[in-house]
Amino acid sequence: MNFVDAIIQYEFLQKALITSVMVGIICGVIGCFIILRGMALMGDAISHAVLPGVAISYMLGINFFFGAVASGVLTSIAIGFVSQNSRLKNDTSIGIMFTSAFAAGIILITFMKSSTDLYHILFGNVLAVRPSDMWVTLGIGLLVITVVYFFYKELLVTSFDPTMASAYGLSTKLIHYLLMTMLTMVTVASLQTVGIVLVVAMLITPAATAYLLTDRLTLMIYLASGFGAVAAFIGLYFSFTYNLSSGATIVLVSTVMFIAVFLMSPKYGFIQRFIRSRKIRSLEGEM
Amino acid sequence: MSTVLSVNDLNVSYLGNQALTGISFDLDQGSLAGIIGPNGAGKSTLIKSMIGLIPSDQGNVRILGESVNKIRRRIAYVPQRNDIDWDFPIHVLDAVLIGTYPSLGLFKKPRKKDREWAYECLRRVGMHDFSNRQIGELSGGQQQRVFLARALAQKAELFFLDEPFVGVDIQSEETIIQILKELQSEGKTILVVHHDLSKANVYFDELVLLNKELIAKGKVSDVLSSKLISKAYGNPLAFMNEREVNQL
Repeated sequence: MNFVDAIIQYEFLQKALITSVMVGIICGVIGCFIILRGMALMGDAISHAVLPGVAISYMLGINFFFGAVASGVLTSIAIGFVSQNSRLKNDTSIGIMFTSAFAAGIILITFMKSSTDLYHILFGNVLAVRPSDMWVTLGIGLLVITVVYFFYKELLVTSFDPTMASAYGLSTKLIHYLLMTMLTMVTVASLQTVGIVLVVAMLITPAATAYLLTDRLTLMIYLASGFGAVAAFIGLYFSFTYNLSSGATIVLVSTVMFIAVFLMSPKYGFIQRFIRSRKIRSLEGEM
Repeated sequence: MSTVLSVNDLNVSYLGNQALTGISFDLDQGSLAGIIGPNGAGKSTLIKSMIGLIPSDQGNVRILGESVNKIRRRIAYVPQRNDIDWDFPIHVLDAVLIGTYPSLGLFKKPRKKDREWAYECLRRVGMHDFSNRQIGELSGGQQQRVFLARALAQKAELFFLDEPFVGVDIQSEETIIQILKELQSEGKTILVVHHDLSKANVYFDELVLLNKELIAKGKVSDVLSSKLISKAYGNPLAFMNEREVNQL
């Protein structure tokens, strides 16, 4: 059956599509700030760190959203605490804390139920999205977009020039933890679509693709969320048509878009760079 | 002239090392003062701890008669050029527009009049033709002028600049110093961290000479006496050529 017909016919596929497109959009939005702040590793860390929270929520029988946000935020506070109160560099502290949280999560999940749950949390299973999951994702998406809209100024200045931000009295720490909270929520929203392991790809790859195309942050955010949404749509098509893991197909589609832009971006592309350096060399040759 | 800034017995340590000890000095309104001293003298540390970017161990700083936290929005701070990510996706005008953020407050977005004001500040430093360039496409001097424009956009009463003349072309240097002098004549107070002694007498009226402690503070000609300089630098001619020494 044709993908479009299937979408019209099957409700589960509609939910899968809506959920993954929303995930693509919000990952793109938050991803822009993550890459501009040089926090790609932090994105990877926080996404892994939600695992123990998810496991504990299942045990307590509450929505995994709450547990996940709590363990993500706690891990980011622990990372900050260790790097500020020791001579360790931030990436070392990140490496210690998120692997610990992830390991604890794996043990908690094995206590819990069958291993298929762990597999779905790690790699996502978008075709099994329940209506409640879709609404959680849409709710998180709306919240994240609203927060970014209202705190855009603060997010911009703390990313671009944190020294000036604190000089005029803005708490860069507060904005940092606000961003970490949103990062955790985006991870939670992405659990079923791409899974914990691959969330970081959806955060970084569409944002990086957009970064190679524009010099305006607002446009970068629109482009990144556009790329995220398109990757989600096309990825879901491949996942459905060829019965492949949805997380993996969505990520690979965004990688293909990145490679295309990396090569062909009019200003920052590899080919353009190559031509420019050839030109300069030939000009030097004439002189 | 009234005192706008007073530093009392300021002590700052950095990772267990004493960076500044017992710094005390006052600055009058309308001063254009330079902070000078050898590498590692704690010049940037002084300026940063004065505005509370680095915590101090002891002592206090009063600006406009208040503690710094109360009057932050009346201060403009221009960071060192190498503290900035010049690949950031932002255009020149938008970078200047950030100068209006402190007075906008939470949730408010800059409006048309704020953009016009930012453009006006950009014109004042002679960079309005570049308003749609990405900031990394500018030369070092042009970048510094853009950041000065951002400080102007803040409509501050005190200006703190950290090494604004490093890696700057002559035209930019002249523009910057001319604007600092204009600000001074408008009654603003300006404190500039400066890396060497050459031209200190052209740029500034007053100097704060530093080497982990305060060596001297006063009129440029008094501070540049070779005895004080040798106390700070260990060598009286360290950063001057012969002609400049003769001029003193």
